Amino acid sequence: MAAALLALAVLGIWEAVARFGAVDELLLPAPTQVAEALWNDRALLGADLAVTGWEVLAGLSLAIAVGGLLGVGMHVSPAVRGALRPLVIGSQAVPIPVIAPLFVLLLGFGLAPKVLMIALVCFFPVTINVYDGLRRVDPAARKLLRSFDATRWQTLRLLEAPAALPSAFTGLKLAAAVSVIGAVFAEWAGSDSGLGHALLTANGQLETARAFAATFLLFALAVALYGLFALAERRIVTWTEET
Amino acid sequence: MPTHLEARVATPREGTQGPTGVALTEVSKTFGEVRALGGVSLRAAPREIVAIAGPSGCGKTTLLELVCGLSEPDGGIVAAEPAVLMPQRDGLLPWLSALDNAGLALRVAGASKADARDAAAEHFEAFGLAGFEATRPRELSGGMRQRVAFLRTLLAGKPVLCLDEPFGALDALTRMQMQRWLAGALAREPRTVVLVTHDVEEAVLLADRIVLLSPRPGRVIETLEVDLPRPRERTDAAVVALRERALRVLEGVR
Repeated sequence: MAAALLALAVLGIWEAVARFGAVDELLLPAPTQVAEALWNDRALLGADLAVTGWEVLAGLSLAIAVGGLLGVGMHVSPAVRGALRPLVIGSQAVPIPVIAPLFVLLLGFGLAPKVLMIALVCFFPVTINVYDGLRRVDPAARKLLRSFDATRWQTLRLLEAPAALPSAFTGLKLAAAVSVIGAVFAEWAGSDSGLGHALLTANGQLETARAFAATFLLFALAVALYGLFALAERRIVTWTEET
Repeated sequence: MPTHLEARVATPREGTQGPTGVALTEVSKTFGEVRALGGVSLRAAPREIVAIAGPSGCGKTTLLELVCGLSEPDGGIVAAEPAVLMPQRDGLLPWLSALDNAGLALRVAGASKADARDAAAEHFEAFGLAGFEATRPRELSGGMRQRVAFLRTLLAGKPVLCLDEPFGALDALTRMQMQRWLAGALAREPRTVVLVTHDVEEAVLLADRIVLLSPRPGRVIETLEVDLPRPRERTDAAVVALRERALRVLEGVR
């Protein structure tokens, strides 16, 4: 409710500023013009949305699989932890616009460089949150399992994994929110379709309203993915206090 | 009769030299700069209930962890039959139902989910938990949580139970009811019990022997035999007298 009101207010001010000529419409089209572009170019933008949506889904899946494995690996093995921690953290310091063209050069113009780029952006929050969630299990519960003579694997399966789920979902939601950034940069580095590509060509043709429409779809994609994970979390993590 | 509660109580056989009950000899434990235990000796014969009472921070929890083999002493000898811990508060896992929490030790021992549930479900009636099988711990009352935790501890099937302030988090009335309930449960299912408590009255009501510990580093100040018939009431003259005696001993070393 509050979010809808805020969005309406922002849109209203934006519309007024754009309509009454305070800003050149080539720089800032009014929301109604963006909506118009969205409708007029729906076939084009719809196809681009499908392309980018597919890239993001594949990239996120890869990020979840790799990120989850790394998080568990770092938790159970000090050797893995020592070896991987600098690399995992360092991977987030690599500037995306620099590395994206390299991926395209290595892997071509197809799906692979996009998926990889998205996974690179998304695996970090998954890894760190899975790792932290596993690590921060109540020590008393660990003692309990040890007094039952639980093996390392049993402790992971019966105690640590369920206890880490809320934290893992935080990682997934963060990953969902940033995933489209990876997709856009990968498409900018070399692509002939997708919302990032549409954004680039629309800018080039001074079709600012269409660029904003593409941006809106990216925004909606990220929000939808986030919502999907939030919904899954509510369905699965049913034991925490409602806030 | 259900067989799951039958502990693997080690009966001393001829030629075997395994420990019986619990025996601690001059046990000490230090954490960094802090001496938690400064040479504690105590014993619990099989099927005996020994209460350890003392002020906060006298190393009571540390003692239980040593008995359960969760940590090693820095000095002295810990000899005990296999022991299971009922940690402070209750240690119930919030994502498991009451039934699955009660059967947790059976799952760890290799039982399937269904078998563990069946075994735990047999006791829900007797534990006053019937109808709450599928309820998560958050929705159970404090007393019910303790009963689930105690059933889980019993189902672990170990001869020694280490109870760490089992009723410390309960309100006075519930605590009284639970003490009575635990006394009854242990009368039906005798086990070797090491009960840690800061409540001297609880110790007198439940235990065969009370070991009074000094503040850190914990040492045994005095051991009181509780040679009173059961069931005991908190208003019994002998119970009151023993409680006062224990309190005086603890106060004397403050």
